[in-house]
Amino acid sequence: MLTEKYPSEIQAIFAKYPVKRSAVMPLLYLAQREEGYITKENMQEIANLLDLDVTEVAGIVGFYTMFHDEKAGKYRMQVCTDLPCALRGADAFLEALCDNLGIRVGETTPDGLITLEEVKCLGGCHRAPLFQIQEGDMVAFHENMTVEKTMELVEALRKSVNSSPRAATA
Amino acid sequence: MAYLLLRHRDIPGLENIEIYKQNGGFRALEKAVTTLQPKQVVEEVKASGLRGRGGAGFPTGVKWSFLPDTIWPHYVVCNADESEPGTFKDREIMEGNPYQFLEGVALACYAVGAAEGYIYIRGEYYPIAKQIEACIAEMEKQGYLGDSLFGTQTSIRLKVHLGAGAYICGEETALLESLEGKRGQPRLRPPFPAVVGLYGKPTVINNVETLTNLPFIVEHGAAAFREFGTEKSPGVKIFSLSGNVERPGNYELPLGTPFRELIFTHGGGIPNGRKLRAIMPAGASSSIIRVDDSNFDRVMDTPMDYESVPSLGSMLGSASVIVIDDAHPIDWVIKKTIDFFQHESCGKCTPCRDGNYWMKHLTTRIHAGKAIAADVKLLDNVAAQVYGKCLCALGDFSTMAVRSAIERFPEDFEKVTGNS
Repeated sequence: MLTEKYPSEIQAIFAKYPVKRSAVMPLLYLAQREEGYITKENMQEIANLLDLDVTEVAGIVGFYTMFHDEKAGKYRMQVCTDLPCALRGADAFLEALCDNLGIRVGETTPDGLITLEEVKCLGGCHRAPLFQIQEGDMVAFHENMTVEKTMELVEALRKSVNSSPRAATA
Repeated sequence: MAYLLLRHRDIPGLENIEIYKQNGGFRALEKAVTTLQPKQVVEEVKASGLRGRGGAGFPTGVKWSFLPDTIWPHYVVCNADESEPGTFKDREIMEGNPYQFLEGVALACYAVGAAEGYIYIRGEYYPIAKQIEACIAEMEKQGYLGDSLFGTQTSIRLKVHLGAGAYICGEETALLESLEGKRGQPRLRPPFPAVVGLYGKPTVINNVETLTNLPFIVEHGAAAFREFGTEKSPGVKIFSLSGNVERPGNYELPLGTPFRELIFTHGGGIPNGRKLRAIMPAGASSSIIRVDDSNFDRVMDTPMDYESVPSLGSMLGSASVIVIDDAHPIDWVIKKTIDFFQHESCGKCTPCRDGNYWMKHLTTRIHAGKAIAADVKLLDNVAAQVYGKCLCALGDFSTMAVRSAIERFPEDFEKVTGNS
């Protein structure tokens, strides 16, 4: 239950808005924090908290691309291939990443570490190729990337997961 | 020339509140709150001629004056949902010069009598949102936000709301829906947000860059602001330069700076010995400007301001200048823009939702060389049926590159249809 896990954060979220429905997006991020996706139970709980129908909450999850309702890799690697990035080689970069990771866009590495995704403009067109890594409710940008630098990052992520106590869940 | 918006490039550490204070920070806010009536701030901003930097170019002071005095509370909402392909300017402001931006938001709140302001930041800018929240907390601690500002009865509180990946939320009424906890789909207008906005109350919605201009205008006056730029487009503008240039990046220049200076002097020209073939001055939403030997100098000498860019059959918009060289076929360019709009269409209006779906099929087929000549006509026809038939501008924007490409680059479409 989110209310049991994050009571003070939920209170702070509600205090931000005069209308409680506005809390839906921050609550969904909270629900996504640990597993990287939002379970049906969490959607139901958020619906109850906000006096909404669970279908309305699911509709919001479905509308915004950064909310997920299915489990994926621990890290979602999201590469921008929009026009400005593509003019600087983003399509070829993504293809090379697929080859190096041994997966296609939308797939997850067999160890559950990385899900590779293609996304729309991230606002880093001057530093293409770039991607963001979405992990739980957090995001980090990685800009001016090469395939070599990316594979080094993947190795570093793999090591950090293997050495942390939560690695079993990854 | 010293920077007015990207001042962190002149002053290292400006993202630190003490450095900001040492460099004149919060003087404008103190001046406004302690010596000016809100209406005087509105008048000064009107006189400055500042126009919205989010893309529409609407005069900011005029927008503020639409709020009725009979309905309260008023809200200020800052649009920090920067998502137009080719645009990355608001991000640099918030990262490098966050206090000037926040002082601008507070000034807007004071001007329209709003005690609360929301800053809607796109979800992808998560670290920036965290930074802005920390800056707000610091300002509250030091008495630049909160209650009894500078010993007066003025209260201003700012809050950050994080988006979750939807271009449409940069459209102001969709942004309000999203902030209210709904799917980000545009509202029917009228009523306009100035009268019925956030939670049904009068609301001002301004872009990050627009608001970051306010401290200068309030501190130094409209006349000083008008020393930069042109008469109808005063001030400086941050041009986000991307695509096939040697030095992509943000360039703060007076409005009216010619394309040549941006692309060649600052941007270093086109790499790999390629030739400049096309320019999209307003990101993916642009009509594409064709550049060839017959018009090269005319395009290069055109001033980049709200009045002049339309003479080239395009728009300045948010000044996200995407440069395209002669290695990239234009049928591929519009396939890319349609991929974007098809994904980002919110689905509310049928012409945009279905039109973009069909345009995606057609642009994909044309680019794959599997189309016949009638497909190009059909594409143009579908685009024509989307244009002007949707609640918000996204539908129109999706057609700009498509229609201008078919009209201005016919050889790129003959080539791909010739095989079939």
